[in-house]
Amino acid sequence: MNHQGPFLFLVVLLFIAGIGTASFRHQTYRIPLLPGEQQTVWQVEARIEFLALGRSTQIFLTLPPEQNGFQPMEETGAAPGFGFSVEQRGTQRRAHWTKRQASGVQTLFYKLELVQDASRDIESIPPEPLVFPRWDEPYRTAQSQVIEALLPITADAHSMAVQLIGLMQRQPVDQNVSLLRDRYEDPELLARLLQSAGIAARRVQVLELEDGRRRQSLTEHIQVWRGDRWSLYHPVSGPVTNTENLLLWQTETPAVLEVVGGTNSRVSFSMISQSRSMLELAEGNRDPGFALSLYSLPIAEQGMFKLIMLLPVGALVVVIMRILVGIRTSGTFMPVLIALAFLQTDLLPGLASFLLVVGIGLLIRSYLSSLNLLLVARIATLVILVIGIISVFSVVSYQLGLIGGLTITFFPMIILAWTIERMSIIWEEEGPKEVVVQGGGSLLVATLAFLLMDQPLVRHLAFNFPELHLSILALVMIVGRYTGYRLLELGRFASFENR
Amino acid sequence: MSWIDPRALRRRGVLGMNRRNVAYIGRYNDRAHYPLVDNKLKTKLMARKLGLQVPDLLHVIHTQHEIEGVERLLEDLNSFVVKPAQGSGGKGILVIRGRTPEGYRKSSGDLVSTNDIKRHLTNTISGLHSLGGRTDVAIIESLVETTDTFSAVSVEGVPDIRLIVFKGFPVMGMLRLATHESDGKANLHQGAVGVGLDIGSGRAIAAVQHNRLITAHPDTGVDLTGISVPNWPDLLSLAARCFEATQLGYLGCDIVIDRHRGPLLLELNARPGLSIQIANDEGLLPRLARIEALDSPFMTVQDRVREAMQWFGRSEAAGQETLFEDAEPALPA
Repeated sequence: MNHQGPFLFLVVLLFIAGIGTASFRHQTYRIPLLPGEQQTVWQVEARIEFLALGRSTQIFLTLPPEQNGFQPMEETGAAPGFGFSVEQRGTQRRAHWTKRQASGVQTLFYKLELVQDASRDIESIPPEPLVFPRWDEPYRTAQSQVIEALLPITADAHSMAVQLIGLMQRQPVDQNVSLLRDRYEDPELLARLLQSAGIAARRVQVLELEDGRRRQSLTEHIQVWRGDRWSLYHPVSGPVTNTENLLLWQTETPAVLEVVGGTNSRVSFSMISQSRSMLELAEGNRDPGFALSLYSLPIAEQGMFKLIMLLPVGALVVVIMRILVGIRTSGTFMPVLIALAFLQTDLLPGLASFLLVVGIGLLIRSYLSSLNLLLVARIATLVILVIGIISVFSVVSYQLGLIGGLTITFFPMIILAWTIERMSIIWEEEGPKEVVVQGGGSLLVATLAFLLMDQPLVRHLAFNFPELHLSILALVMIVGRYTGYRLLELGRFASFENR
Repeated sequence: MSWIDPRALRRRGVLGMNRRNVAYIGRYNDRAHYPLVDNKLKTKLMARKLGLQVPDLLHVIHTQHEIEGVERLLEDLNSFVVKPAQGSGGKGILVIRGRTPEGYRKSSGDLVSTNDIKRHLTNTISGLHSLGGRTDVAIIESLVETTDTFSAVSVEGVPDIRLIVFKGFPVMGMLRLATHESDGKANLHQGAVGVGLDIGSGRAIAAVQHNRLITAHPDTGVDLTGISVPNWPDLLSLAARCFEATQLGYLGCDIVIDRHRGPLLLELNARPGLSIQIANDEGLLPRLARIEALDSPFMTVQDRVREAMQWFGRSEAAGQETLFEDAEPALPA
């Protein structure tokens, strides 16, 4: 075929563009591939209380850094009378409230919404060059004895941390550990010992997420750098393997809460978890990619587009059925319009009412043909009659308690009128058999298109990933170049067998 | 319904609908030339200008007003044919063979009144029978009188000969016989009989109805095996000349043979159907490929007809191999 190369290139490009954009948007904006996918959302609230001293007041609250497993969605820190801003310093973010003059007990809230997302994986930031901690005597001797005792029986950072935690918890308590404990808290001691052994370790504040808990405080853990990532250790129980519900709140030295111009400050945390559809979350995502998407339309228009975006799917079915299978339909894309109507009426009521209206229409049309009307007038007559049939049908079915009968109004009147007209011409010209063949073909294709368009997955993908239509376009174009036999031609030319 | 392996079809060189559309109609037929063949009036006027023989054009009805006075136009006509200029697939063709005091007699023998004819004309000019429902004009032309050869096999309507002309070469031919079932129309899918014709001689190769091989006409029981079309080379020339007239590379020419005037061009088709392959029991592809491989584009009509007869004719030496032996005998309806 001429121009086959560029054509194939274009088709492949379109196909990849469709799939690629869809997967990119799935990855980046977390638009779910399946309808009704749920995700856990944590709403964490930090409550800060302090006694203001009646002068200018500044409050700093360390905020959780970007981390694996959680996708921050929305944060608010507004408090009446306070200025609020979020500052970024290095990798650490801080909330900053300010007030010129505050006195008495003050309460501030910081709310954070996080989507739990196990697949989120961000690159770990390697530690700064290690600074060996200074020890005063007699602790210096004690720590070097501890480390020297452990060095021969450990291999790497991880085993050293595990052994060290084990040693500190051992009963009876090791003399050196006991001595060191007089001077240092457990977490600090652990970090210092690990650093002295040449291991990058740091103290971190962790919030344990548990649905419905209130007034929680942060717990202190140790993080050890293992060459490519940080591992979390509990100072008593050792390595933490399940970090799913642990939110890393603070990783660097400054305190979690700093209050200037106030005393008796404290921070506590409450949290609840919610299950929310991923789609809802994606819609709430205010990324720039969304400004140009269908979500930015008013709800009513969105509803319309949910239908419009199904049309290419129906068109693909028609293309396949006509070019690959060879089914004859009356009107090329009429089956798609019928299928769209089926979406509103449901299949069986739709089929029944369609056949009924077209049947009655054909009867009336056979009388009209004896009236010698001009074509336009005859179609107009049919349109009016179709409306009449539909009205009568709706009223009667309502009176009989058949609510399904009312859905017949979803059929496009003009399409019905034209269908009747075409069918009646086919009847006159080519006989009832052809009416059955073409009408049946149309209904078959319409039914198949409906069955596909009615799939929740198809509806979901068609609306939420409109770029997939590029891939459908590529499919339609490639089928459009198919020059092989149609399926039904294998029957039509069957007489060529064996000769 | 039996099925055939697509590989077997390919081996036999059968042309499928998709391939016809993309590789032949799409490639060789320039859309700009379609109106000439889609509009029978234009075809007729063009043919007259170029000296191609066509049935006489008696009247053209353009408006509803003209229909009111149509009795006067039809007064001195005993037989005539009403056609939409832009009809397709034989739609809207009304054949009047004679008249009686009660009305006009159709080819089927049914009687129609003047009012029926007027309604037919009204429908026609309002586009009922036309491609896409466009407003149209109605052509009234003289009825072709069948030759003796064909009057025996055709019950209703005049048999016509469909020739596929590819780049000016007649590549395949088929005689189409109307049956009672096809209501006098020569469309195979409506039940007409197709008789494949040897391009070399104009003799029958095989006959099919509803894609099945038959040996006799289903209505009359007349044997179809011995049919031989008269004036065969003239007929091929007429078809071949349509290429120059229309510039369409893949063309279907429908030709009738008039008792007095010989082969007449009835109409042209830019999208000829594929059933002709069944009637010939042969695929079109090898023949089309042979002509596509040709690199001498300029040949006279006579050269093309001679070459085609030589290439595509079934050799006498092969014992006049026809397929009538293995066909089921048809029962008169």
